[in-house]
Amino acid sequence: MKLELGIIPINDIQFGPESKVENGTIYVNADELKALILEDEALKSVELDIARPGESVRIMPVKDVIEPRVKVEGPGAMFPGVISKVATVGSGRTNVLRGSAVVTTGKIVGFQEGIIDMSGEGAKYTPFSQTNNLVVICEPVDGLAKHAHEQAVRLAGLKAADYVGKLAKDIVAEEVETYETVSVKEGIEKYPNLPRVAYVLMLQSQGLMHDTYVYGVDMKQSLPTILNPTEIMDGAILSGNCVSACDKNTTYHHLNNPVIKDLFAQHGKTLNFVGVIITNENVYLADKMRSSDWTSKLCKWLGLDGAIVSQEGFGNPDTDLIMNCKKIEEQGVKTVIITDEYAGRDGASQSLADADAAANAVVTGGNANEVIHLGPMDRVIGYPEVADIIAGGFDGSLQKDGSIVAELQVITGATNEMGFNKLSAR
Amino acid sequence: MSKLRVVHYINQFFANIGGEEKADYKPELRNEIVGPGLAFSQAFGDEAEIVATVICGDSYFNENVEEAKATVLDMIKSQSPDLVICGPAFNAGRYGVACGTVAAAVKKELGLPVVTGMYKENPGADMFKKDVYIVSTKNSAAGMRDAVKKMAPLAIKLAKGEAIGASAEEGYLPNGLRKNFFEKKRGSERAVEMLVKKLSGKEFETEYEMPSFDRVAPGPAIKDMSKAKIALVTSGGIVPKGNPDHIESSSASKYGQYDIEGVTDLTADTYETAHGGYDPVYANEDADRVLPVDVITDLVKEGRIGSLHKYYYATVGNGTAVASAKKYATEIGKKLIDDHVDAVILTST
Amino acid sequence: MVKAIEAYGIPVVHIATVVPISQTVGANRIVPAIAIPHPLGNPALTHEEEKELRRKIVEKALEALETPVDEQTVFEWK
Repeated sequence: MKLELGIIPINDIQFGPESKVENGTIYVNADELKALILEDEALKSVELDIARPGESVRIMPVKDVIEPRVKVEGPGAMFPGVISKVATVGSGRTNVLRGSAVVTTGKIVGFQEGIIDMSGEGAKYTPFSQTNNLVVICEPVDGLAKHAHEQAVRLAGLKAADYVGKLAKDIVAEEVETYETVSVKEGIEKYPNLPRVAYVLMLQSQGLMHDTYVYGVDMKQSLPTILNPTEIMDGAILSGNCVSACDKNTTYHHLNNPVIKDLFAQHGKTLNFVGVIITNENVYLADKMRSSDWTSKLCKWLGLDGAIVSQEGFGNPDTDLIMNCKKIEEQGVKTVIITDEYAGRDGASQSLADADAAANAVVTGGNANEVIHLGPMDRVIGYPEVADIIAGGFDGSLQKDGSIVAELQVITGATNEMGFNKLSAR
Repeated sequence: MSKLRVVHYINQFFANIGGEEKADYKPELRNEIVGPGLAFSQAFGDEAEIVATVICGDSYFNENVEEAKATVLDMIKSQSPDLVICGPAFNAGRYGVACGTVAAAVKKELGLPVVTGMYKENPGADMFKKDVYIVSTKNSAAGMRDAVKKMAPLAIKLAKGEAIGASAEEGYLPNGLRKNFFEKKRGSERAVEMLVKKLSGKEFETEYEMPSFDRVAPGPAIKDMSKAKIALVTSGGIVPKGNPDHIESSSASKYGQYDIEGVTDLTADTYETAHGGYDPVYANEDADRVLPVDVITDLVKEGRIGSLHKYYYATVGNGTAVASAKKYATEIGKKLIDDHVDAVILTST
Repeated sequence: MVKAIEAYGIPVVHIATVVPISQTVGANRIVPAIAIPHPLGNPALTHEEEKELRRKIVEKALEALETPVDEQTVFEWK
């Protein structure tokens, strides 16, 4: 399966009478987009806002971040099984509005979270301080159940990203990136001497605000399976989670999965990138055992020499991570795991809830408990008062001057376990 | 600005007094730069100067630890330094232990900034890496230049009270305190590189060593449950509705003690969860699903259990550091002992 | 948490969904629970059935407390 990504660099987003992409700027007709989102009867109102890199703006609480893309050639359309009809995506060509993102916000349940600062100290920790963000602020109709509310906001973000992405359907890309995965048989013939490597992508699947969707399927109801890496670039995997935002994979992270990119960069050179095994992180122990049995079985079956395993979240998923690592190693497949740490504010505590000697190659995205000081901003999009209750916040997190003292875990994507960032810890 | 005053601690060998045959050399204070002090002095430039060197034989130090330590500390103190450097000791075991002992005492008893250096397998490294900054050096004196290059700037930073970066940045041996810093490459790229090394049998360095866990002996079995007082504890964050103590949804900084005398059922109107790590809907509907007060009170009524302790304790396990959880549990355990509780049922989500 | 309380010599039974974590952190008496969001309940059952299930788990926990152990022991009830 071969996919070309047509890169269209975006430097700005503005509201205007006509929605279009022109000379690196996205123009959005706000009324038109709002009307589209409000077709969902679960939503009472929608507001749109824009946050640009370097501005004195804070967005909170952030639910999801999505990069606008559009299928130009090939089967299917973006976000199959959710926004578009079910079809196998991942081939042909897709245009990418690089440098832009749709960010969703709005109150959800008690502990919704994620902060994006567009400038200052916090901006160093989130990749979304570097993107031009179209912010969608959603309010539900009164009395809407929490699960329905979560879904409405999730869909609003995807619809907005799809709407913006489609504006770039006929634009000629400045640069084209090509990614290709061949069949198992062809791969062995083509690279007989290179180690066979797959990526085991663990997906949060623990319930409300901790879920992930694959072609529209709630991942907690699925067994581990295999995907072409390029399917993920076309929106096969969508985020429904944001609690403890530092180590949750937004939809943007899935679309731009860095492990996939870096494995492709070495493909045919130092390794043969075979494909992606996706698995879940469920709340039942039997599920954890079954899923890790399954991933290790798939690793063996694909004839792998090595695998990179990335976690999502922390706490009980540490067990899924360790089970995956241990069982895959037992199959004779060498692993590197990517995680993050909860080592206490002073860094003195044990970083993971589970451990095993087999996990001897670990990459860390940093200690999510480390305390940071986020200075006041001129403008806050969303609800600053949630600072005291979001995960990583504490009584008094929100200071009188509007600054926030909290743990790093409040920042969207700060300790991402796909290895999206340079942050680490020792 | 005047230069920082530095005292340097070295052994008889690096002072050119002699080898093993002079290892019983007693502590001596010299108001001059001796041996490796020269390299440090050059590395310090205008920032600091070595005002004195304290020399002690390795055998003497280790055979008369308390006495030697006291004498060396007095000598160091007499020079009113701003900063102390010990070694580096490379892979010399007794020298390493002496450097570590002196450095730890300088920090603890004199309250002065101090840096030492040694090879990671030096026994002094394991003994003192959690107490003081020990720069990781090569295993022989051939690594002097490299050691000084790392020790001198770290020492200056410490003396000036500047923020110290992570071990990987500053070059000290990991001291058990995890610290964030920015790597040159993103995590995914580091993971791919690590895997390629692991696959080809090359040496690689994990960014996090798996810990080993300690154990506690099991408490004795309850002989007569019908007379026992049982207490309930949960890490599932069950709190009275409204979360009166504002226990955080993640990384809890406290635990709650709640009176449930007379309570026979936790309902949606009275209790909820403060835990942010799981879907809260089920616990909010019926908190007995996490803290089984309804069943326990039934069992007390039926005489199966002697009594239910009037307080239950709750904290949020989500993202809460193990050390904090341990601290709360130690406090809770103390209260339970004082209240003559016989056994504990602890529920986790 | 289990360890720090048990260090006082009080027997502790840990009702936990993720048994491997319970084992890793050093609980000595472990009773498996149902699921993370509802360790002692199952929203799919009726209120009465659910309470019956919860009672079964608690009774197993009491049995664990009444049983002398000298190593980590999992008390299955399923």
